Amino acid sequence: MEVQMHKKRLVSLIAVASVTALILAGCSSGSDSASDSGVPKVDMMKALGAGEGQVNLVAWAGYVENGSTDPNVDWVTGFEKETGCKVNVKNGATSDDMVALMKTGEYDVVSASGDASLRLIYGGDVAPVNTDLIPNYADIFENLKMQQWNSVDGVAYGIPHGRGANLLAYRTDIVKPAPTSWASVFDVNSPYKGKITAYDSPIYIADAALYLMKTKPELGIKYPYALDQTQFDAAVEVLKAQKPLIGEYWGDYLKHVASLKSGGTVLGTTWQVNINLAKGEGTKVEGIKPSEGSTGWSDTWMVSSKAKNPNCAYMWMNHIASPAANAGVAEWFGEAPSNAKSCDLTADKNHCATFHAADDAYWADVYYWNTPTEVCLDGRTDVKCVPYAVWVKAWSSLRNS
Amino acid sequence: MLHSLSNLFHKNQRLRLVALLTTPVLWLVVAYLGALAMLLVTAFFTIDSFTGNVIQQFNLGNFHDMLTDTAYKNVVLRTLGIAISVTILCTVLAIPMAFYMAKIARPYSQKILVALVLTPLWASYLVKIYAWRTMLEPGNGVLDWLLGPIGIHSPGFGGPAIIIGLSYLWLPYMILPIYAGLERLPNNLLDASGDLGAHNFYTFRKVILPLIFPSLVAGSMFTFSLSLGDYITAQIIGGKLQMLGNVVYQNFSINLPFAATIAMIPVSIMALYLYLVRRTGALVSM
Repeated sequence: MEVQMHKKRLVSLIAVASVTALILAGCSSGSDSASDSGVPKVDMMKALGAGEGQVNLVAWAGYVENGSTDPNVDWVTGFEKETGCKVNVKNGATSDDMVALMKTGEYDVVSASGDASLRLIYGGDVAPVNTDLIPNYADIFENLKMQQWNSVDGVAYGIPHGRGANLLAYRTDIVKPAPTSWASVFDVNSPYKGKITAYDSPIYIADAALYLMKTKPELGIKYPYALDQTQFDAAVEVLKAQKPLIGEYWGDYLKHVASLKSGGTVLGTTWQVNINLAKGEGTKVEGIKPSEGSTGWSDTWMVSSKAKNPNCAYMWMNHIASPAANAGVAEWFGEAPSNAKSCDLTADKNHCATFHAADDAYWADVYYWNTPTEVCLDGRTDVKCVPYAVWVKAWSSLRNS
Repeated sequence: MLHSLSNLFHKNQRLRLVALLTTPVLWLVVAYLGALAMLLVTAFFTIDSFTGNVIQQFNLGNFHDMLTDTAYKNVVLRTLGIAISVTILCTVLAIPMAFYMAKIARPYSQKILVALVLTPLWASYLVKIYAWRTMLEPGNGVLDWLLGPIGIHSPGFGGPAIIIGLSYLWLPYMILPIYAGLERLPNNLLDASGDLGAHNFYTFRKVILPLIFPSLVAGSMFTFSLSLGDYITAQIIGGKLQMLGNVVYQNFSINLPFAATIAMIPVSIMALYLYLVRRTGALVSM
């Protein structure tokens, strides 16, 4: 018995010692080299070579359609035949998901919104894009190129994809009268309590900030992604007051569409593609840009710094920016295309007009997703703004309370 | 060559033992314990607030954040409450079923009943929970359609729905240990108890329950620990309710160290639970 106890102790001691050794070996001593003081040095591709046979994409739902959702919606099969690059796509539900996926180094290309792109650039996860290797870049609307979220110090980090606004969805047969303002989802006395939805991401705090921007000008919010502590706390208070109204927060667009169809959700933030899919299944639903304006997104295709298939990656980016493919995805998803020539190729000749592709006035009150930083994005230097990491903590706190 | 190798192993017992144990020990130490230890160590790291890259410097910031924010205390209490409710509900449902299967059913029906209890385990987790989503849908779900005429409404999505869903999922794990325990229970004990004048509930309380206590503990370990870590059910039928698993799931991609800190909570709860179970002596007879 004594000997057995000794043996047991010896064995457990060995186990502990080996585990500790493993940990010490695994932990590197230095801290991470990339900090927010500068962009990590990543090489840009100089010349295009032969395709590698496949390309791995991280994309928003509806951006990479190969005919499996709807046989008429396909801009992938042609690309695969032409270039020999097989397309493997992973849908990201939110920007945070996409940043995490890109950090694994397993993917070549990502369609990043503004609240992901800067984090990817400063984290060293994406490489600068050599726009000379993308012939279709020349046709892209000038006011989408070299913006704050897709370029740093005059270096382009991606190819603009298209832009859209986050809309207010409502069931036309249930919500009467039709809503015209975001007040309908923030009103604590709403008759639709328990059937309202909101987007399940920290970036939704900007939607509350936008609402306050228009309804409480005394707070002084000029840009929903540049919030000092007082403004930020006010926005979080609005969301806390909203929480009892919410039935579900959505991240998975298919669950959201199913919820709209069944009537579990009758009102809330959505994307045009969700409205289109719901209508396709017979749901009586509409999406509007309310009177206060809206948050939105201007997406950028970016190439990974650890891309295993860089040539196919560049071929894909050129393809998706081409007039035909860009028109296809803009119509399917319901957004304004980035390629000016796409407007002539959409099946609905009024598509570009409906989505205001060339109408700068429409975008004046659409605030594209951006990454909040401590340095205020609206130019204020007298206060510190709340950085995205704190947005994440506040959102987590709100969702768990 | 094989002959000399076989001779070598035959003569040297130590060598046989080492060769046999190398793979499982490597798996246990490297894959299992090592991974767990790496996770716990990560709890002491932080992330760069802008890029999200992990900074491997020892600090207690995550623990401070977790303990100062009341939201996390609420999540822990809510998850504990759900796990306990699921365990109680499973126990209440499993005991009658297991008793019928072990003591009352004919041998032929017994085998069929065991097979029927095990069959749901073959179905995918997601399929079962989505089925519950259809059943619990407020307004036009199956439960509302079925029970609406008699005035009962579906609880909708939320805490009660999570408890129902999880109890359904883990019920086979509770039934089987209790069934095994009851099968071992000699029938003459029940007869003797009746002969001595005890009515049914007394027999149940004083004879059956103490004897199947180890089985109850075994079943409860499944239902309790599985419910503590669950996040998928909460996402699908929980509405806006969040459990500990959801917090970890939301944080592991953007703030891995904080997720590791939160993950230490269910680990500590289960360690405490197992310690208490060990003290009751239930583990000895398993």
